[in-house]
Amino acid sequence: MTIKIAVIQFPGANCDLDTIHVLNNIIGIEASLIWHNHFKEAEFDGCVLPGGFSFGDYLRSGIIAAHSPSIDEARIMLKDGRPIIGICNGFQILTEAQFLPGALLRNESLKFVCKWVNIKVENNATAFTNKMRVGDNLAIPIAHGEGRYFTDKLKELEENNQIVFRYVNESGEITDEANPNGSMDNIAGICNLERNCVGLMPHPERASEEILSPKKTTHGRLFFDSMVEFIKRRTS
Amino acid sequence: MDDQEFIVEVVLENKKAARDPVGTTIQKDLLAKKGYDDISSVRSGQYLRIKLRADSEQDAREIVDKMCNELRIFNPVTQNLTILKVSKP
Repeated sequence: MTIKIAVIQFPGANCDLDTIHVLNNIIGIEASLIWHNHFKEAEFDGCVLPGGFSFGDYLRSGIIAAHSPSIDEARIMLKDGRPIIGICNGFQILTEAQFLPGALLRNESLKFVCKWVNIKVENNATAFTNKMRVGDNLAIPIAHGEGRYFTDKLKELEENNQIVFRYVNESGEITDEANPNGSMDNIAGICNLERNCVGLMPHPERASEEILSPKKTTHGRLFFDSMVEFIKRRTS
Repeated sequence: MDDQEFIVEVVLENKKAARDPVGTTIQKDLLAKKGYDDISSVRSGQYLRIKLRADSEQDAREIVDKMCNELRIFNPVTQNLTILKVSKP
């Protein structure tokens, strides 16, 4: 079967083409760049909300995009159990659209932070982590000004095992120093209760090729390989 | 009759539980360092000045309140919304 993935392009997106490149040329599936007003969920097996900005990030990052017609389409996909990932600005859109709980606030440092970090896998039962092991320490870059995860339902998230990634140091320890933006409980990524939707601030599409990684790692691939596996299992 | 124009001023502010590094920086790194020790807290926010036509002041307030809630103009997870003032231009 040919796996078809939509990468939804909002005005201001800038990681859309990187994502398309990785899906088409590294993972080897059929990814299409879809302008946000043209997205039709029925044509795809899953979708990616890529990083960058959307609508100038005015009012709050992701809020204007969350009202776009593409999000109504994506909601159908979500309920149908197909995989949806929001990366960086995509994560902000997913929280504003209430696909995922919580919100992303301005970094504690008030600075845009662009660097390679380490994240620990906390849940490998999602559509985007089934090729990982719990406790895996992944090297992956971040690039954001508003990535401080906040929720008023932390206990609920923990109980439901919705915390998928936490920022850690190179030894895999959850420390304040390893937290790049002041996120609650070092949270870097979460999922919905059904596990088909994941949002995270780090950029797997920038960590999928040796040439782009300072340590020649390709941990970003695992996200997309997991998605392929999830789709195959779902449709078999 | 929507024949009157009103201005509704709205402030969006982070909830107490959501730290506000902008306000904290203004207070700690500017005010306190320049001798304004009496200032114990500063909270930052966003200000919207909305012009609309409505039947009455009450009506204008209700329209803005409904709009802000329906469209998540403020994020109820992290923010509070306060209508500061309704006035005529």
